[in-house]
Amino acid sequence: MAVTAAPAKPQAARGEPHPIATLVARRVAAGFITLLVVSAIVFLATQVLPGNAAYAVLGRGANPVRLHALERQLHLNRSIAEQYWTWLSGLLSGKLGTSLANGQPLWALVEPRLVNSAVLVFLTGAIGSIIGVALGAVAALRKDSWFDHITSVTTLAVTSLPEFVVAITLIILLATVVSHLLPAVSLLPPGTYAWSQPRLLILPVGTLVIVIVPYIFRMMRAAMIEALESDYVEMARLKGVPEWQIVLAHALPNAIAPTIQVIGLNFLYLAGGVVVVEFVFNFPGIGQGLVFAVQNRDIPVIQFIVLVLAAFYVVMNILTDVIALLATPRRRIAR
Amino acid sequence: MAVEASSVPAPAQAKDQGAARHPWLRVLSTAARTPRGAVGLALASLIVLVAIIGPFVSPGSPDALATVTFVKPSGQFPLGSDFLGRDVLSRVLNGGWELLLMAAAATAFGIIVGTAAGVSAAYRRGRADGFIMRTVDVILAFPQLVFALLLVSILGPRLWLIVIAVGLSHAPQVARVTRSATLDVTERDFVKVAELQGMRSSKVMIREILPNLISPLMVEAGLRLTYSIVIMAGLSFLGFGQQPPAANWGLMINENRIGLQLNPWAVIVPAALIALLTIGTNTFTDAVARVTLGVDRLPEEAVLTDDLGLGRTT
Amino acid sequence: MTTDSAPADASRSRPAQASDAVRLEVKDLEVRIGASGPDVVSDIGFVVPAGQVLGLVGESGSGKTTVALALLGHARRGLHISSGEVRLDGVDLLKLSRADLRAARGARVAYVPQDPAAALNPTLKVGTQLKEALRVHPAAVDDSQDRVLEVMREARLDATPEMFRRYPHQLSGGQQQRVGLAMAFCCRPSLIVLDEPTTGLDVTTQRHILDTIRSLCRSYGVAAVYVSHDLAVVGGLVAEVAVMYGGRIVEIGPTAKVFGEPVHPYTRGLLAAVPSPGRAEVLAGIEGHPPRPGRRGRGCSFAPRCDFVISDCWSEPPPPVLIDSREVRCIRAAQVRSAVTDRPSPQSGPAADGSTPALALRAISAHYGRTLALSDVELQVPPERCVALVGESGSGKTTLARCIVGLHSNWTGDITFQGERLAPRLRDRPREVLRRIQYVFQNPYTSLNPRKTIGQIVAQPLEELLGLPFRERSERAAQALEDVSLGSDFLSRYPDQLSGGERQRVAIARALVVEPDLLICDEVTSALDVSVQAVIVEELRRLQRERHLAMLFITHNLALVRSIAQHAVVLRDGAVVESGPVEQVLEHPAHEYTARLMADVPRL
Repeated sequence: MAVTAAPAKPQAARGEPHPIATLVARRVAAGFITLLVVSAIVFLATQVLPGNAAYAVLGRGANPVRLHALERQLHLNRSIAEQYWTWLSGLLSGKLGTSLANGQPLWALVEPRLVNSAVLVFLTGAIGSIIGVALGAVAALRKDSWFDHITSVTTLAVTSLPEFVVAITLIILLATVVSHLLPAVSLLPPGTYAWSQPRLLILPVGTLVIVIVPYIFRMMRAAMIEALESDYVEMARLKGVPEWQIVLAHALPNAIAPTIQVIGLNFLYLAGGVVVVEFVFNFPGIGQGLVFAVQNRDIPVIQFIVLVLAAFYVVMNILTDVIALLATPRRRIAR
Repeated sequence: MAVEASSVPAPAQAKDQGAARHPWLRVLSTAARTPRGAVGLALASLIVLVAIIGPFVSPGSPDALATVTFVKPSGQFPLGSDFLGRDVLSRVLNGGWELLLMAAAATAFGIIVGTAAGVSAAYRRGRADGFIMRTVDVILAFPQLVFALLLVSILGPRLWLIVIAVGLSHAPQVARVTRSATLDVTERDFVKVAELQGMRSSKVMIREILPNLISPLMVEAGLRLTYSIVIMAGLSFLGFGQQPPAANWGLMINENRIGLQLNPWAVIVPAALIALLTIGTNTFTDAVARVTLGVDRLPEEAVLTDDLGLGRTT
Repeated sequence: MTTDSAPADASRSRPAQASDAVRLEVKDLEVRIGASGPDVVSDIGFVVPAGQVLGLVGESGSGKTTVALALLGHARRGLHISSGEVRLDGVDLLKLSRADLRAARGARVAYVPQDPAAALNPTLKVGTQLKEALRVHPAAVDDSQDRVLEVMREARLDATPEMFRRYPHQLSGGQQQRVGLAMAFCCRPSLIVLDEPTTGLDVTTQRHILDTIRSLCRSYGVAAVYVSHDLAVVGGLVAEVAVMYGGRIVEIGPTAKVFGEPVHPYTRGLLAAVPSPGRAEVLAGIEGHPPRPGRRGRGCSFAPRCDFVISDCWSEPPPPVLIDSREVRCIRAAQVRSAVTDRPSPQSGPAADGSTPALALRAISAHYGRTLALSDVELQVPPERCVALVGESGSGKTTLARCIVGLHSNWTGDITFQGERLAPRLRDRPREVLRRIQYVFQNPYTSLNPRKTIGQIVAQPLEELLGLPFRERSERAAQALEDVSLGSDFLSRYPDQLSGGERQRVAIARALVVEPDLLICDEVTSALDVSVQAVIVEELRRLQRERHLAMLFITHNLALVRSIAQHAVVLRDGAVVESGPVEQVLEHPAHEYTARLMADVPRL
């Protein structure tokens, strides 16, 4: 006599892809709205707030004719909403305008920087993630061993340091004072691509990797330990499953999801850290571009770069959420 | 589920003394007695002391052009001179307190705003929750440094503006953490008991919920303080904090970079001071987190499950 | 007592007869905290023949789960098995090497956990986990697929590919537990250890699972140890039972004897606390709480709570003695045996008068979002009477309580309290109404604010609902605590210093301090041990009588209903299936659901 109770959540069994699809759609929609609001804020902050932006660029004692011309160029004589719309539609259709600092078309200026920073960020992300995950897993498996203690304490210390301190330390150690193995600053002129001189990538990537590995390490370690001390792992031990199988089949899959989220968060953090690191190493990326733009009050460039960074964040967020969702213990969906 | 116990579940320690009275003090003193906590507290206190007392014991003026540029350390100038010929030691002793003050102010601002937002969002749910969390998402879309840069780029490097910008950029993270913690607390029956007694929402939030948020708040405050110092120093380093000729550790590092080969101490000493300070605060915060959350949980973890948006935010 | 597994000869002398193949023999088992810390359990010894089930009974803190895990050579973090033998078919598991022990686990001795949801890996499919034991112990069987299907059928699971592909969260609680059972029987082990496998399941599922266990053990000659806090469940299943208290076995012997004629004061007290669905009786709990490891004192660990205690009990732990085919640790066993257990019936309250009901629900339908939670519920609570609202989990009883009290406002219909209609939302009700209806929550660990003292907690409603000044609040709070038999030294303590039973009493005091007319008790004893439950129920009954309270007592425990309520309402899937006087509903149920519930309830 087979007694079958009705399954608790039939809808999850039947339509498994669907909850994910709707969630992704919702996230993408939310992302769009976020970006829209961000663009509005950026616009308001840079063009509307400080009074006349033209004044800001040209200074107080500016020639009224030039002032007028600049105003017209920046559309400052129209209403705010109109200005915003002009700007936004221009952006979306690819007409980015020109830099105020040197009159060059925006895209030509920014594009190589964008590529360079992308190389930096993704190289760092890949290397850092692998190292962080590996170290974290080993530390969790060898909990309370000397390896664990040393890595935990070291990462705790490193994670507290500002990026420029790490950068300066690396420079002192490897480029100037202690040894001269690597170049301290990159002599790449702006506009060139980073891979033309790969040696110049080593220190910036190295700095950023050192900065993000601790976060990933700590999360991986904590998640692994939580999995290894869970009830289902205890149950597997009581079934006689060998330890290596427990790690691979039981613990790792459950530890991955929160770690992926942290990796995603780190990409966002990199977007900010990149500014300082590029500045230190004179690396021609958008971080350096942003700093120059701020120094020169080059508004269109500021607007564009900040928007790019925000868009990057939103996309990374959605991506990591989706990946984590796919890897996540399914019970979260059912709830 | 028969869980009657004379052995009461977590928090394990202090069962016999009534752990609830002034819990934050107890947590801090317990943390200070762990090895990490002791080291962290010592480091941080030391640097803070240097920063605060520094101006009073500084041998010379931080602005005086006392000698040639980038002179190596000697008896008269124990740390040598900087790129303009000023005494590095004097500049170092004077260059910390403003940084600290701004970081502390930004932290306080961020915690207050973030907590108010997070607790209200979690307790009131519904539209208020949605609105607050969407705003949080928007601010979070700006990396903290970039957010501050954006504001600085328009209004100039005014110090109060930097404090508010950095504080505001902390608020979303604090809001997330407090929201997550509040959701946990609100599920507990004693909050419903208070509602059943006719208590107003604001009173429930302040009297019932807030006192139970002390643990995550302390940890978050520690983390935020560390990041405040990091960002403030970073901004100064980039030239967007205190302007020259002010003595500021971050600024000094950048100013004297070109003379690394000649007098590295002009860079190393301020860098080391910042590093030791942040290591100290972060280590102590970690010790506090271990005491309150258990040894292997991370404070960041509390936010992650919420981030996914499953079950709670959507 | 329905045990078809009870041996024909009820008087078994210890150790077991030579004719029964002895599967499991445990001797002098001891588990300590750390390598040399205080012991959690000690002097544990028993024998289980093939095909038999031994019950290991105890309340929280008795150490029964520690013993259960030790049977697999396992100890939780921080604990160490310091000495003893666990012989399975002659082989001492505790002396095996790590590799050999791992090989034995799953294959020769298997474990069925208490919480199946936690014990199943949420990221792995059910099929994978079922086959895991066979993958790990390949020698156990020729064709693993066949074997898996076989055990699934035996555990009464759908043996379909679809079930294989499911994830644990897609199964009901009963199915999850069956998966746990199937996993345990996969390799046809010699010994199965079951740790409260039916906790949290409804009685019908519970009974099915117990039947399954019994038949599997008998068919395969498997020995089993069944750990539980529920005496009624154990009584119906096992031939021999061991009662644990404070880390030791205080009484062990044939079930009929131990439960019928207990010779240890603790067993006796425990039995007096178990409510019976068959009769209404006064429950007698055991005051106090069990000692933690390291605080068990020099003499008998039960002495502080014992009715039969004499001065010799305090000097050293009592040695095991043989009495009437049982082994017991008590120097006064003979006196306990001859003591008469007096189970009086509760005095019936004043005759019901036909006055307006204190609470009347009419046509109540409630929703959670779009899901229907309650449909057309009718219920009445006469003044000064106790009505029991009975239902399994998911029946909607808590929803109903929340609607009554205003915490859930998405409902239609009428709720009338003392003649006046109640507004659906809490916020829309006047203070006076809030005062007159009070609510006690199920979980004593979350219903008290950990940052407040007991005094503040109990005085709070006086401030919020009555606006009394400080002095008067303090006086009334102290009085309220006394009424629930808690001394005034509790006023300055914090909740984390109290046991579960004490906390629940504080919650009751808090509810009664404003002198309500209606008290709603939502599963207030479900989170407590049996002996504490009895104390709380008796307190509630007394308070109800003394204060002329109307009471709505919500529970899933049918047996408890008898001891506290005059009327019963049975709820199922959000609808009332039956209501009426308690004797009538329980003895002569009109609805087949009620009848089935009563039939499935385990009895002693």
